[in-house]
Amino acid sequence: MQKKISSLPFQGTPEQEAQLKEVILKHKDDPGAVMPVLQEAQEIYGYLPLEVQTMIADGLNVPVDEVYGVSTFYSQFALSPKGKYHISVCLGTACYVKGSGDVLNKLSEELGIEAEECTMDGQFSLTACRCIGACGLAPVMTVNDDVYGRLTVDQVPGILKKYQEA
Amino acid sequence: MYRSNVLVCGGTGCTSSNSLQIVEKLKEELKAKGLDKEVNVITTGCFGLCALGPIMVVYPEGSFYSMVKVEDVPEIVEEHLNKGRIVTRLLYQETVEEDTIKSLNKTAFYEKQKRVALRNCGVIDPEKIDDYIANDGYAALGKVLTEMKPEEVIQTILDSGLRGRGGAGFPTGLKWKFAAGNEADQKYVCCNADEGDPGAFMDRSVLEGDPHVVLEAMAIAGYAIGASKGYIYVRAEYPIAVKRLQIAIDQAHEYGLLGEDIFGTGFNFDIQLRLGAGAFVCGEETALMTSIEGKRGEPRPRPPFPAVKGLYKKPTILNNVETYANIPQIILNGADWFASMGTENSKGTKVFALGGKINHTGLVEVPMGTTLREIVEEIGGGIPNGKKFKAAQTGGPSGGCIPAEHLDVPIDYDNLIAIGSMMGSGGLIVMDEDNCMVDIAKFFLEFTVDESCGKCTPCRLGTKRLLEMLDKITKGQGTLEMLDEMEELCYYIKSNSLCGLGQTAPNPVLSTLRYFKDEYIAHVVDHKCPAGVCKELLEFNIEKDKCFGCGMCAKQCPAGAISVTDYTAPGKKKPAYEIDHAKCIKCGACIDTCKFKAIYKG
Repeated sequence: MQKKISSLPFQGTPEQEAQLKEVILKHKDDPGAVMPVLQEAQEIYGYLPLEVQTMIADGLNVPVDEVYGVSTFYSQFALSPKGKYHISVCLGTACYVKGSGDVLNKLSEELGIEAEECTMDGQFSLTACRCIGACGLAPVMTVNDDVYGRLTVDQVPGILKKYQEA
Repeated sequence: MYRSNVLVCGGTGCTSSNSLQIVEKLKEELKAKGLDKEVNVITTGCFGLCALGPIMVVYPEGSFYSMVKVEDVPEIVEEHLNKGRIVTRLLYQETVEEDTIKSLNKTAFYEKQKRVALRNCGVIDPEKIDDYIANDGYAALGKVLTEMKPEEVIQTILDSGLRGRGGAGFPTGLKWKFAAGNEADQKYVCCNADEGDPGAFMDRSVLEGDPHVVLEAMAIAGYAIGASKGYIYVRAEYPIAVKRLQIAIDQAHEYGLLGEDIFGTGFNFDIQLRLGAGAFVCGEETALMTSIEGKRGEPRPRPPFPAVKGLYKKPTILNNVETYANIPQIILNGADWFASMGTENSKGTKVFALGGKINHTGLVEVPMGTTLREIVEEIGGGIPNGKKFKAAQTGGPSGGCIPAEHLDVPIDYDNLIAIGSMMGSGGLIVMDEDNCMVDIAKFFLEFTVDESCGKCTPCRLGTKRLLEMLDKITKGQGTLEMLDEMEELCYYIKSNSLCGLGQTAPNPVLSTLRYFKDEYIAHVVDHKCPAGVCKELLEFNIEKDKCFGCGMCAKQCPAGAISVTDYTAPGKKKPAYEIDHAKCIKCGACIDTCKFKAIYKG
């Protein structure tokens, strides 16, 4: 999937930087440390701005292109921030044949954004994800940690409303 | 001792519909009624019948409650667990007989199944090592370390005929034998738990429901090939599996079943988790190992094979989760027992993840050689809404679509390849007449284009070109020559790609071209999509003689494409409406509003 690189200015705090340094120190001598560090860095910052990737490269003493190569290779790593409510629609086969593509289109229409984008107010971000393994509930989407299964297009506005009013 | 045991499914499917809240409510209600010392509540792994989740089973009666809601809990506690009256209203209706209830194993879904890899799923508490040990857990590791030589272990696996369950079906014993034969100061045992095939979730269920079986099998493999270190590469998208694996590893260490000097035999073995970060190509063995090393997960040419130079350039074996789940049983029951199940060249059982247009979505484990018809019609309970079976897709993006004419083929590795598909990891997606096969082929190609790592040209560019052609066809811009070009390109990609991803990527196109060519022809010659999926080829029309002229459709139409005509059908009071195709955006809102079914697409 094409990665969207955020154009928002980097807003990391000194606390976050201290946490990141701790993570780097913990993994410094492990072989193959880049991936686990990126995973933990994403937990800290919510996404992986270039500034953070540079810090990781310096900290682990590897070229920044290697870090960037890894962060752009795997779909789990986000280069742009997520919304307060992050919506993932499963486009695995089981969900797709049961109409998850229509659910994604409806969300896109309701929110006025395409997949892999975030609304201007930072409330919602939308992504199409790979199979999350809940095929028994197809079609499925998740909003942060809430799972919605056996979805129909008609349910979409109601679900969004719940978060808009929260 | 408890007088009743309540098992609640804690797999991903059921927890997504709140089964963990059900567990909490159960414990709360039992405590309030003072029954918490008499009734035991156990959170288990997946039962397999995900379509009916959340699932709760009460023993000793074996009552199978399905689609349980948190609100149902007080009634079950008061009536069933307190007063001993089963709440039949909430049971899975197939288990209810006139004045008694039927055992779960006698229902259509379970009766034809044979559970080897899944034997503990839905039976034990996956977070308690004692549960696993009580069910013969770690007995195979004990037997191997104290009674068998490494060569004997490998010979047993060879004799059993076990083949890799991850996709390609390579004989597991042979893999072990190669790795055992290479001398090195360090060897590795890896487990592929990067279940990337969309629609397959058997590995996830084993990890969530029975994590210790994987650890035990990896330790056995370590002993057999002479390795002291193992890695499990598991998808980060499976948080429950990751958590339970970590708990299992910690418990096994505590019990001395992993770590130094296991069973006092001097054998050392340790396992680490590595989280995959979402890249389908990492299911390929060399790519997975590169990813464990923390790099971009790109495959590399073989030879050298991993058994010679694998992880960190040391001899390595890599097996899939389901493969490992069979190992302890083979050691305990013997190679002959395992080889007595299945077909001539495919022994044992196979787990399938049934999904798509089928009544009983879920996990099923059947002996190799079971026919697709038995799986779809008997175990799976057929297609919902009275629709007709069109195809079953196996093998994920590397597999193909099997049409109705092959429903009676006994499923094993070789038969599936002969009919243009493959076993893959065992995803089995059922499609009905409403699914367009060209659209499905396009869906899979979109997936492979996304997931192609880009290292080799045939895969990177070839799949992209294929997708462009498919896209044109679904928009009515295809030609008959294009179908031939596509086929030629498919064979080119297959024979020239570096790894399994590219070599199998064209399979969805080839198999749909083989069995559903008439659908492709309908798209390119008649510019029609027979299943009514490809939007550009659809036309919405109002059957004027059925139209009552109520005007609801015109009100709903977001594009203002519907207007009234001056034709009034015989027997109707108001003039009929019609759709302006130039304005229509084909959203389908009109069809949904029309009470008289006067609007059709095609």
